[in-house]
Amino acid sequence: MRKLVDLFSQNKKAQLLLFIVYVAVTSLSLILAQQSVVAFLLLLFSILLLYFLKLNTKAKWIIGLLIVAVLIPFSASQGQAYESYMDVATLVGIYCAMALGLNIVVGFAGLLDLGFIAFFAVGAYTYGIFASAQASKFLHFGHFPLSGESFWIFILIGGIVAAIFGILLGIPVLRVKGDYLAIVTLGFGEIIRIIFNNLDHPINITNGSMGIASIAPPKIFGIVIANASQFYYVALAILLVVIYIVTRLEHSKIGRAWKAIRDNEIAGQAMGIPLVKTKLTAFAIGASFSGMMGVVFAAKQTYVDATSFTLLESTTVLVMVLLGGMGSVPGVILGAAVVTILNLQVLTEVSNWLNQLNTNGVISVPDALSPAKMQRFIFGLLLILFALYRPKGLIPAKNQKYDANKLKKSTTKSMYVEPQVSNDKKASGGSEI
Amino acid sequence: MNVLEVTDLTKKFGGLYANTNINMSIKKNSITAVIGPNGAGKTTFFNMITAVYKPTSGDILLNGKSLVGLKPHQVTKFGIARTFQNIRLFHDLTVLDNVLVGMHHHLKSNWVGALFQMPRTRHAEDNAKKEAYQLLEYVGLADLLNESAGNLSYGAQRRLEIARAIAAKPKVLLLDEPAAGMNPKETKKLTDLIHDMRSKLDITIVLIEHDMKLVMEISDYIYVLDHGEEIASGKPDDIRNNPRVIEAYLGKGAVANG
Repeated sequence: MRKLVDLFSQNKKAQLLLFIVYVAVTSLSLILAQQSVVAFLLLLFSILLLYFLKLNTKAKWIIGLLIVAVLIPFSASQGQAYESYMDVATLVGIYCAMALGLNIVVGFAGLLDLGFIAFFAVGAYTYGIFASAQASKFLHFGHFPLSGESFWIFILIGGIVAAIFGILLGIPVLRVKGDYLAIVTLGFGEIIRIIFNNLDHPINITNGSMGIASIAPPKIFGIVIANASQFYYVALAILLVVIYIVTRLEHSKIGRAWKAIRDNEIAGQAMGIPLVKTKLTAFAIGASFSGMMGVVFAAKQTYVDATSFTLLESTTVLVMVLLGGMGSVPGVILGAAVVTILNLQVLTEVSNWLNQLNTNGVISVPDALSPAKMQRFIFGLLLILFALYRPKGLIPAKNQKYDANKLKKSTTKSMYVEPQVSNDKKASGGSEI
Repeated sequence: MNVLEVTDLTKKFGGLYANTNINMSIKKNSITAVIGPNGAGKTTFFNMITAVYKPTSGDILLNGKSLVGLKPHQVTKFGIARTFQNIRLFHDLTVLDNVLVGMHHHLKSNWVGALFQMPRTRHAEDNAKKEAYQLLEYVGLADLLNESAGNLSYGAQRRLEIARAIAAKPKVLLLDEPAAGMNPKETKKLTDLIHDMRSKLDITIVLIEHDMKLVMEISDYIYVLDHGEEIASGKPDDIRNNPRVIEAYLGKGAVANG
């Protein structure tokens, strides 16, 4: 049996075949049984299986893209639940990008940030204010709301504004470390939320606790993007850009500098890393991903108010990073997907199911114990279990491996020659000293 | 020619003088040792040179330019690299990545280039990796290039710290107790490495060390600190017989009896 498993883990073709069968079965069952959440989840699970297949990276990306961009929307599109499935999938995309942003700050640079949702709020409000009539309440020029076409520019603007807020947060907290940093960032997150919640006087910028309603939906080539199934592609496109940026940066000079100051700040500085600049870029880039997705979120909901940006949301994103594996890009994506789906699909489905049993009189579960209300409890439990049994997360961070043979083939002659043992030195005439 | 010139360097922590009026002139391409009993202020002295501490008064000149008031990373850029008494490696990074971080200030690569995989950046990164590998060969760690730095043995960690420091292409290399915790064989290898760095890489070396055999064998010049003050300086033979040095290490009676 063991031999068979070994053989299978070596055989690419068998793996690929089995994978195709798996994808075919799950997507077929999703097409045939549209109400089946299980089939939908199993189809999503295929992405994780793909990650562990022994294929080259390019092939994995192509297959993965086909699954998420074509197969999932197609299989889900055959029935009533289409939009709700796509809504979940869109939110997974949004949270993935946010978790990847937080991963730069917490996972790479080692700066614990408990107020990360503030940047999401900044992005959401940036689009919300200008794409609704809200802006005309305090700006006396221009025509608001801006048309839906501006959405695409606002993705960038939202990212930039959030990055500026990231730097604003970064400057005062550079002097504090560890627990103190966590407390200050937590305070920052709350301050942003409370400001947005109260900024309806003296100048009405955010419309206070009433929130901003009827935000213009995005438009492209005359097509209005209003459904979750359409937003899915927007979120997916941004997520792909984010993944590209994160993986590129991780293995570049700046990525190494982040990890270096995480591991040892003093040594990092002594090796020539400018501490302030390095930390601020981490804050700014992390925040910008969150800001971009904030714009998407505002456009998708067509309504923003401060209640979407509570501390619980910040901790949820942090849980995604911790659960997936700090500093691990695939891990964080998985963590974000698991937590979002657990939140939106599994818990609500189980609650619905319990409710049904309740009404049928099979069992009686008090309303207070319904799983959808135990979100915090379940996250807490998950975190404790992970801290105990899998402290490095679902997919632990791995270092890039270098190929020694490639590095040996040097075109330039080495300026470093291995030191000789001093006995030889004397024998060879002692050219030293 | 003096590469590093320290004049009247003083550091006060509250009422305590950790360093009082230290003066040093360090010749180019020499090996200088700073010795003294525990708590003499040797590491404080290193920390001031590398800008971890700001001196209370006095000046530090590298090739005639003052280093006082610079940030630690700027000092590195000027040409001073160091290792640490209590090893400070980037534990979770690979051995090769540790060396690459050492190249931070002279690596011609920025985030825009990294994002779009520009040829110049790729070229710089590739060359840096090859050079880092050569450096690992130089200190004898090439086989461990993909190992996490935290998993290395003690002696290997010390050598990796040296490799990482040389990667910054320093003019002056400060070694804080490089032989601490090493067995005689490892110490021998280290001695050879230090000699070699001076002659082949043209680096001026300043080291703090308690292993007197190593210090006497390797140094061109020795400064002795005690209670934050410079009590003696000279060639190894002068220091060996200096009564004030013996007193500082062994106590007052030792001179009279010995």
